[in-house]
Amino acid sequence: MTDQNSQAELVRQSLKRRYRKERRFRAYGIAAIAVALAALVILFTDIIGKGHTAFIKTTITMDVAIDGEMMYLDDPTDERQMKMADFVEPLIQALIREIPGADQNDKAAVRDLINPYASNQLRDALKENPDLLGTTQTMTFLSHTNVDVYVKHANDPNYSIKLTEEERAWVDTLVEKGVVETSFNDVFFSRGDSRDPSRAGILGAIVGSLLTMVVTLALSFPIGVAAAIYLEEFAPQNRLTDFIEVNINNLAAVPSIIFGLLGLAVFINLFGMPRSVPVVGGLVLTLMTLPTIIISSRAAIKSVPPSIREAAEGIGASKMQVVLHHVLPLAMPGMLTGSIIGMAQALGETAPLLLIGMVAFIVDVPGGFFDSATVLPVQVFLWAGSPELAFIERASAAIMVLLTFLISMNALAIVLRKRLERRW
Amino acid sequence: MKLSKVLTSVALAGSVAALSAPAMARDTISIVGSSTVYPFATVVAERFGANTDFPTPKLESTGSGGGLKLFCQGIGTQHPDITNASRRMKPSEFDLCSSNGVTDITEFRIGSDGIVIASSSKAENLDISLEQLFLALGKQVPNPDNENELIANPYENWSDVDSSLPNKPIRVMGPPPTSGTRDAFVELAMQGGCEDLPAVADMSEDDMEGVCHSIREDGAFIEAGENDNLIVQKLIDDTDLFGVFGYSFLEENADRLQAARLEGMVPTVENIAADEYPVARSLFFYVKKAHVGVVPGINEYIEEFTSAGAMGPNGYLKSVGLIVPPREALMDLQDKAAEMPNLKKDVLM
Repeated sequence: MTDQNSQAELVRQSLKRRYRKERRFRAYGIAAIAVALAALVILFTDIIGKGHTAFIKTTITMDVAIDGEMMYLDDPTDERQMKMADFVEPLIQALIREIPGADQNDKAAVRDLINPYASNQLRDALKENPDLLGTTQTMTFLSHTNVDVYVKHANDPNYSIKLTEEERAWVDTLVEKGVVETSFNDVFFSRGDSRDPSRAGILGAIVGSLLTMVVTLALSFPIGVAAAIYLEEFAPQNRLTDFIEVNINNLAAVPSIIFGLLGLAVFINLFGMPRSVPVVGGLVLTLMTLPTIIISSRAAIKSVPPSIREAAEGIGASKMQVVLHHVLPLAMPGMLTGSIIGMAQALGETAPLLLIGMVAFIVDVPGGFFDSATVLPVQVFLWAGSPELAFIERASAAIMVLLTFLISMNALAIVLRKRLERRW
Repeated sequence: MKLSKVLTSVALAGSVAALSAPAMARDTISIVGSSTVYPFATVVAERFGANTDFPTPKLESTGSGGGLKLFCQGIGTQHPDITNASRRMKPSEFDLCSSNGVTDITEFRIGSDGIVIASSSKAENLDISLEQLFLALGKQVPNPDNENELIANPYENWSDVDSSLPNKPIRVMGPPPTSGTRDAFVELAMQGGCEDLPAVADMSEDDMEGVCHSIREDGAFIEAGENDNLIVQKLIDDTDLFGVFGYSFLEENADRLQAARLEGMVPTVENIAADEYPVARSLFFYVKKAHVGVVPGINEYIEEFTSAGAMGPNGYLKSVGLIVPPREALMDLQDKAAEMPNLKKDVLM
């Protein structure tokens, strides 16, 4: 009796200590989550803080007198004349008229406010509609990047303003008059890369990523699923299949740059495929995502209870019918989840693409699988390394776009799992 | 059964599309090469694309060596048409080209780039000779007590090297060994300050390079990766730090950074173009003549690059930081663009 009592006493005494221990253990867990969350919050505030201004563009709206004499142009349908015509002068004159106190001596300074490609816009407008010659049109142009930076970041110590005092005063009055305006940056979503930050867009990279992902999905999903089904349902258990299994697991851990080297050696050097195209990118990323898809698909097939197979076999279904009618539909949610996560991984990959030439400056938005293209993470990499400060905000904005894609893909994976998963 | 049919047809369609890729004719100019020339060449390419009916050339930044290797791989549209370089082609690279059938090459020297040592404009500036720079950054330097003996670099502060320099710890951020900027910095600045030292003067060329090209690894020189923006950011935050990078990054941040004087020279456009600033290098691009006429627009691209609108005294390349060639040199370039003379191996020796 005394013995039991003393034991109970011992337990009681240690109870406090054990509770304390458990509380500490939980606190460690909460601290770990807090650190992870803090890192995430820092990442997001930094990226959004730097990048949100990239979604704003600065434009100049003015009445342009399209004067043939000033432009050395009397027939816009004549190609030779169009080549030699001066499309900059009408823009300079139009802007001088808008700036109180500016005169013909300020031409060079005024020119610094207009985007260097604004003249192309005027040329294209004339090419499309030759009747505009001799009329006055209200047209909206992008401003020069320096103006864009000044309007958005005048008081930001991270940016250097490259306008002179006089030019700054002009821009201030133009903003007051409503000639210089800021609006949503649709250019960013409708153009390819550019060396002029205010004209640089992300559409080229989005389309490139999309084309690459289509190739990757079209190849890796069927191959991965077929491999998983065979290994799980049909393959005999022997040394060979063990060997294959070890290798697949190993491949999942191989650094992605190795797949890039393989792609360079096989697809480009051996098969003579062109560099920088989404097909080769997709093939390389297929090799990279295949192990992920095979492993997750096998796990999904494994989780289908044997009773279902046995029941199907019991009523006379063939092995193939069992697999296609029963196992595969039940395993599909798990397979899809694995594939989407594999695709999300592939979407964020740059290293293997470096070697097959997809890390490149490509202005035209790709129109097909054999057009030169780049992808979203590569675009981030290229912009982050540019000397122009205005590219920093665009790099952050591109990261936001990439993260949006990744979050939606992962959310889709979760939704699919929740919706389609069946529990036994 | 339906599912399997769908799966098989998707798989088949995918593999057919992938494997039947012909070595297709290409209508886009493919350019590879130096990351130093890249910011200039991309601007030209974009202008060219916007002002002509040709598609915009595709540019890959592979480094000078990587670019020449790809370029010399052979004739045919799977190989690039033009390669940029921040140094001249080496004779060995010329041989590689010839052995793969790339015999007709035209070389264009398109101006210069200076490498600057910069710091925050709030910091005390450096006015330093190349010899002092080597003493501050070399891995092995002459013993201050015995000039013929090499010892591990003992200097901690700039003022230890020479009393005229600031009394601040030696801390310099620069590019890693894979970078062309690092190569040029080592060859022009470090070797320039080292090869005449008595301890090194009598060495064989290989030994001399071994000493002169080695940057100290004890933390005074910090390798920053290829991202020069990162160096700029660090310099602004830390006034004791110096950074090594290309002139265009200095120009872009002119109101926040200042450049050190090297041998008394400030890196300005004029000093670099006149070769008076000691750490300046020439930039080149090489054209594969066999592709002219096969890939459309190569001649027109070269014309655009060598036009006065691009490389003239008020050209757009100047505004992105290229040190443009003087007028006569530009005229020669335009003649070259018209004639496209073959590069001879003996000029590379």
